[in-house]
Amino acid sequence: MVRVIVDGTPVDVPPGSSALQACEAAGKEIPRFCYHERLSVAGNCRMCLVQVVRAPKPVASCGFPVADGMEILTDTEVVRRARRAVMEFLLINHPLDCPICDQGGECDLQDQAYGYGTGVSRYQEAKRAVTDKDLGPLVKTVMTRCIQCTRCVRFTTEVAGTPELGMVSRGENAEITTYVEKALTSELSGNLIDICPVGALTAKPSAFRARSWEYKKTDSIDVMDAVGTNIQIQARGGEVMRIVPRVNDAVNEEWLSDKGRFSIDGLKRRRLDHPWVRVHGKLHKASWQEAFVSLARRLEGVPGERIGALAGDLCDAESLCALKDLMTALGSANIDCRQDGAWYDTSQRSGYLFNSDISGIDDADALLLIGTNPRHEAPVLNARIRKRFLRSGRGKFPVATLGVPTSDLTYPVETLGDGPEGLKTLLDGSHAFADVLKNAKRPMIIVGHGALTRPDAKAIYTAAYSLAQQVGACAEGWNGFNILHTAASRVAGLDLGFLPGQRGLAGTNMLRNGVEVLWLLGADDFPLEKIGPETFVVYQGHHGDAAAARADVILPGAAYTEKPGTYVNTAGRVQRAFRAIFPPGQAKEDWRIIRAFSEVVGHTLPYDTQDGVRARMAELNPIFATGGGATSDRLLGRVGVDNPILSDLTGYPFRAVIADYYQTNPISRASPTMAECSRVYGSAHAAVAAE
Amino acid sequence: MLQDKDRIFTNLYGQNDWKLAGARQRGDWHDTAAILAKGRDAILAEMKASGLRGRGGAGFPTGLKWSFMPKQSDGRPSYLVINGDESEPGTCKDREVMRHEPHKLIESALIASFAMGAHAAYIYIRGEFFREAEHLQYAVDEAYAAGLLGPNAADTGWDFDFYIHRGAGAYICGEETALLESLEGKKGQPRMKPPFPAGVGLYGCPTTVNNVESIAVASTILRRGGAWFSSLGRPNNAGTKLMAISGHVNTPCVFEEELGVPLKEIVEKHGGGVRGGWDNLLAVIPGGCSVPVLPKSVCETVLMDYDSLRAERSGLGTACMIVMDRSTDIIEAIARFSRFFKHESCGQCTPCREGTGWMMRMMDRMVQGRAELEEIDLLEQVTRQVEGNTICALGDAAAWPIQGLIRHFRPEMEARIQHYKAALGSTGLVQVPAQTMPVAAE
Repeated sequence: MVRVIVDGTPVDVPPGSSALQACEAAGKEIPRFCYHERLSVAGNCRMCLVQVVRAPKPVASCGFPVADGMEILTDTEVVRRARRAVMEFLLINHPLDCPICDQGGECDLQDQAYGYGTGVSRYQEAKRAVTDKDLGPLVKTVMTRCIQCTRCVRFTTEVAGTPELGMVSRGENAEITTYVEKALTSELSGNLIDICPVGALTAKPSAFRARSWEYKKTDSIDVMDAVGTNIQIQARGGEVMRIVPRVNDAVNEEWLSDKGRFSIDGLKRRRLDHPWVRVHGKLHKASWQEAFVSLARRLEGVPGERIGALAGDLCDAESLCALKDLMTALGSANIDCRQDGAWYDTSQRSGYLFNSDISGIDDADALLLIGTNPRHEAPVLNARIRKRFLRSGRGKFPVATLGVPTSDLTYPVETLGDGPEGLKTLLDGSHAFADVLKNAKRPMIIVGHGALTRPDAKAIYTAAYSLAQQVGACAEGWNGFNILHTAASRVAGLDLGFLPGQRGLAGTNMLRNGVEVLWLLGADDFPLEKIGPETFVVYQGHHGDAAAARADVILPGAAYTEKPGTYVNTAGRVQRAFRAIFPPGQAKEDWRIIRAFSEVVGHTLPYDTQDGVRARMAELNPIFATGGGATSDRLLGRVGVDNPILSDLTGYPFRAVIADYYQTNPISRASPTMAECSRVYGSAHAAVAAE
Repeated sequence: MLQDKDRIFTNLYGQNDWKLAGARQRGDWHDTAAILAKGRDAILAEMKASGLRGRGGAGFPTGLKWSFMPKQSDGRPSYLVINGDESEPGTCKDREVMRHEPHKLIESALIASFAMGAHAAYIYIRGEFFREAEHLQYAVDEAYAAGLLGPNAADTGWDFDFYIHRGAGAYICGEETALLESLEGKKGQPRMKPPFPAGVGLYGCPTTVNNVESIAVASTILRRGGAWFSSLGRPNNAGTKLMAISGHVNTPCVFEEELGVPLKEIVEKHGGGVRGGWDNLLAVIPGGCSVPVLPKSVCETVLMDYDSLRAERSGLGTACMIVMDRSTDIIEAIARFSRFFKHESCGQCTPCREGTGWMMRMMDRMVQGRAELEEIDLLEQVTRQVEGNTICALGDAAAWPIQGLIRHFRPEMEARIQHYKAALGSTGLVQVPAQTMPVAAE
């Protein structure tokens, strides 16, 4: 530790810290624009100037390394004068259009101008104006407001891994641009809006819709992928206005994927706000009473094994728990939370988790991807892999993939083959990458749903697990055998045992008249045409997506913003979300719908409060009792799988799980913003693929 | 006054052969191995004893700078980078070295590289210096052919390579860290210091960046001894220096002169006197455009060296004087500099990016007199706000000429403003200009 004296207070900071970090450790607030904890230091805004005793002039604290015994003064006349000078310079060419600026109220420049700005402008000359750039459908630019802090340039270059922004020209004419005026291709581009300290980059879909101080802010969890990004839902008057990430270093650091951020306009469209009942082949609006009664009548006399339930990707654990209990009460073991038909070892938690935890990526030193494209399946997690790649230095973090990635993963990847057959060469050590994994201290293998949703999924899974064993990925204190989920509800479903019971039917077997009554809990992403024509379909969900059209009874549920819920992310982290707004019309929270129906059908579930259902969840799996927190068993765990049967591996190439990143679930499919993204980026991708 | 026997650059005007044969005749490459045989520490000690200060403008002791290089490599190579990006307005001394004394530079680069443990030297030549790069390349090729460069260069036992890199003509690339960025192929923007180049420089390796002249004098210093060099000039301002004189003098030229000679004597002797006689002198800018202007009263007595000029709140800079006689519109002259700095600011850090434009616009109004008297103080304050708050010294360089102007020529500025007011009969501040505002030459 290095002892530094900040304004007379001695503080100990780790060697290599910057003066700014030392000042923060001493509780001094240092104003800054260009400095950002998760980006490299640029030192160009000059707002963080402090005085270092014996230095001839003020130094930029963000990039000034501490030395033992260094004395820093943060509140002298010299410092104040320097900061006032910088503030004045920043403001002379700033348009000062705060009243019409979307950043107003949460603008660093605005805030710090209160501290260091003057009330009047001494600048009598003409102000500079800068042409706005078109960065695509998500990020709106007002480049005249830009203060050239280059945070956005560093974000796209370092975190997003799509170096598309840069500063051209010099001096006063310097401007941030994409060089050739193209849309940003990153799935993390929305974070530019957060890191821009001024109103130069703002959200295009929600431009001029609301002011930051009008929002009601609710902590929640993102359900667009299985990362479980911690988000804050900001709503005004029963309408979700925007979603921003919360900081959680163990999950998402402080990033949020574009789908999680911008799908919100889908929450207002195509909503199911009324129960519907199909009468004579046509759906009719109904009351809850009518819907429940008609459903209960249909269930009369149907034996339990002829009833099935399939859960979708966005469900909260509470509704899964209630539906499981209801199906059990009805005598059915036909439940499944895997609408994509994925195969995992479900005998214990470490069989289907991202065992190393997401933060474990920071420790890994070799990585094998099997049938996954993390950039599309979990953009925030992919940024973490890129961060690991950047931190470890050139060539120190080898990454290989089985399955050809459909997009640039933002770090160099060695492709070992387009299908699972490469596993054989890795297992017998004939491929060089087997040694890379073996020599690595903490090798990591990520198995994606491209591998787990195929007929030979079990063979791939067991082969991958054997490889993990062989290369020491499952050693004491390190479990690098990771499953990357794509569905936010999946791990909770597996934890609750929302799986076929004894003699129960799995998802695919419930189709083709496997069951007489099929209850779909928000399940839209499976081949609906395979549902038998005689099957009576109950659709419980929030969007009038594909499955609702097929349904015979529609029970309108709540979207993730409209209910308090529990979600378990791909690493097994149990997280709670709160309700931001109320569901539209007559829609209700999902577990309450099931609870209400259980009474109608005569199998009343033994809980009628949120706490009650959560207690029941904890009964099913004690992991839910911890009420959020880290994975319990991220360490060594022997997965109960047999030896791999390599002959079962087929040569078929891995298919991408996500064909269109921007439209993967009912909410994003209902979102005009996502549709626009899909149009803009989809064609671009097609063009690249055609080359 | 410098005697001919003490001249270092004996082919400054290209009157003799600049190629290898001519250079050998002048003593270059004479037993270079003997110099290197003295050993690294002896060379450093000799350089320190010579009192040589950096000839690029800042005046940092060269021997000391070389000694900052790591004695023991940690696996990274060391580099010598020679700054030939001579872009300072009014300055053209290094160009004479590059085109007329290239072998002196190459030989000195070998010695300097040995002294700092570098096996490679890069020279970054200003893009506009086409012939200079050509000459230097020719000389490098000659040296390689003669075994003076390459493995076991000049039989010294030291492997040494010399690379020429041509810039694209940006003033900021003369700043040492911006030069390194540009050399690495990036946009020329100064880096934050610390870390200094001696620790983390070119490609992240220990690097010393020296001006062409600072390097080129090394071979002669080591041949004739540090004591000889330090016997010239004044204490702490030792040796000879390439100087130039331009502007309103009868014979503008580049010349080598001892430091500490009175400025007036230099103007009279080398410049052939001010156009129209000494009394016609208005002001002198002593070293490039980045240092404050000196009025005639100061020019009468001041000595041309680092400390004397600093005492007059100016600086030696590149020692390339710009002499202005009474026909000069001094405000316009300084405004031209402001336009230059606005145009050359890299735009990285706030005070310089925004401040140079502001200063330029105010100076443009001052030229017309279209301002209020108080605005002179405002202009002064703006220069103080830029000065010292930037990453590199370009902000300071932009501020100092204006500060010098206000310090010495405030009455002229006030008279201009009052004349403008009288002529237009107005008291208002914001007059819409009759013509469009002058903009920097883009």
